[in-house]
Amino acid sequence: MVEEEGFRRYIAHIILWIGIAIVAFPVYLAIVASTQDNAAIANGQMSLLPGGHFLETYYQTLFVGTSGSTREPVLNMMLNSLIMSLMIAIGKIAISIISAYAIVYFRFPFRMPIFWIIFLTLMLPVEVRIYPTYKIVADLHMLDSYAGLSLPLIASATATLLFRQFFMTVPDELLEASRIDGAGPFRFFWDTLLPLSRTNMAALFVILFILGWNQYLWPLLITTRDDMQTIQVGIRKMITTTDALTEWPVVMATALLAMLPPVFVVVVMQKLFVRGLVETEK
Amino acid sequence: MRPAIFPDLMQKQSIFQSKLLPYALVAPQLAIVLIFFYWPAAQAVIQSFLLQDAFGLSTSFVWFDNYLDLFKEPTYFEAIVRTFIFSFAIAVSSLSFALLLAVMADKPLRGGTLYRTLLIWPYAVAPPVVGVLWIFMLHPSLGVLARYLRAMGVDWNPLLNGDQAALLIILAAAWKQISYNFLFFLAGLQAIPKSVHEAAAIDGARPMRRFWTVTFPLLSPTIFFLLVVNIVYAFFDTFGIIDTMTRGGPGKATETLVYKVYSDGLLGGNLGGSAAQSVILMVIVILLTGIQFRFVERKVTY
Repeated sequence: MVEEEGFRRYIAHIILWIGIAIVAFPVYLAIVASTQDNAAIANGQMSLLPGGHFLETYYQTLFVGTSGSTREPVLNMMLNSLIMSLMIAIGKIAISIISAYAIVYFRFPFRMPIFWIIFLTLMLPVEVRIYPTYKIVADLHMLDSYAGLSLPLIASATATLLFRQFFMTVPDELLEASRIDGAGPFRFFWDTLLPLSRTNMAALFVILFILGWNQYLWPLLITTRDDMQTIQVGIRKMITTTDALTEWPVVMATALLAMLPPVFVVVVMQKLFVRGLVETEK
Repeated sequence: MRPAIFPDLMQKQSIFQSKLLPYALVAPQLAIVLIFFYWPAAQAVIQSFLLQDAFGLSTSFVWFDNYLDLFKEPTYFEAIVRTFIFSFAIAVSSLSFALLLAVMADKPLRGGTLYRTLLIWPYAVAPPVVGVLWIFMLHPSLGVLARYLRAMGVDWNPLLNGDQAALLIILAAAWKQISYNFLFFLAGLQAIPKSVHEAAAIDGARPMRRFWTVTFPLLSPTIFFLLVVNIVYAFFDTFGIIDTMTRGGPGKATETLVYKVYSDGLLGGNLGGSAAQSVILMVIVILLTGIQFRFVERKVTY
């Protein structure tokens, strides 16, 4: 029995490492390709070991871009992605936490209808209403702007529901106590509720940042200027040209740079990430 | 863990009194939701009942004609069937592989947290990047794996062969979703009390039997939840993968419903038809979300 248990454990380790290898292989290949010469790759003669073009490729990728007509330094694309994802994450948390505060801590006419109006947005991802949304953003002259990139993606209820849920678990005694201290709605929110919500906000931020950074369809539609491209859109344009002209080392370096920030966040802030993922899952 | 859906059941006893402040607090979110959510959704519904003439000069109300036209179009029907096949294939392959890994990682192994870290990061890889990674690996003329496939005598060319293109999309999409499924399966497995396993072991059930008769049924709420999440994922989040790998091609072999809305919209022209497509997608999402909510209520009583 004991020996069999040991054997089973051995099998478990092997299966897990096979799983990890399958998951990691495409990325390993990208790392290798980003350090090699484009000619060897284009010939189908790519080596499975890293080459010597690491610095050269990454310098070109970050500061110059591809040699084609739509050249745009990837560093600039990353900056656009960063601004967009920060605006989405911070914007969503900010508007959600105050509306949840209003819904939980105040009684006012139309409170429930307003709650339902916000709640129902859970139902529809941006993908199903892209063209009408595009038209509105165009009418508001927000194409090729950070506001146009981020505002439509802020319109969703997940964060509001999460904060509402959390506020309901905050003991009433805290409000009574701060009221005795003479605190009004602003002081109570700022001094009591906000510090208590810190972990929730952090978990939510991690998830929203990743989701924002990885947006694709929406930025693809509303950015036309090369200097407004996010990295996810930029990488697609790099392989638009015929295969022979695609600079695969640069494409692969861009792919790795595109996954670096969100993967870093997942690995380093794993606890917050898991918490955020479980709590925001709708 | 999920936010309570029916807020009336619980209310704060202790509240603030203010007439205007609460409106000011909900105003920003309400404004954004109305402008960027309800307005476009309403536009889509209205437009789906209208027909515009070729010059965009006049529009007329045509009831469900746009919808009927859509279903008469063979390519639309094919896209529906294809989307469901993709969803099913992605969900089943990704779920079963993730479940296998989660069951292995649930054992008291040395390095358990390391395994988790090494398996969950693909969640953070964006769909277009997934597409780029996979097409590079399996590109007919330069892909490393394509080389081996050809050496084994497979006539591999997903850029020309529709079935191979579909397979490629399914594999890439399933790959990305492994991490998510793994994480939720692991949480589900860890929530099963150890005493249940011990009881079954004392009854003399072998590990395999124990899995199918004890673990699997106890895990069914997680499986069902993940099934819905995976289908929604396959419907919507595969857009980036498809767009970077095949652009819906060759022919229309990898065109899903969302991809079709996008590509038909790019061509311009038929506004009503495009809106009708959007509305059908909305109905599908609402149905899927509804199923999921029903299930969650069951999980609470479970």
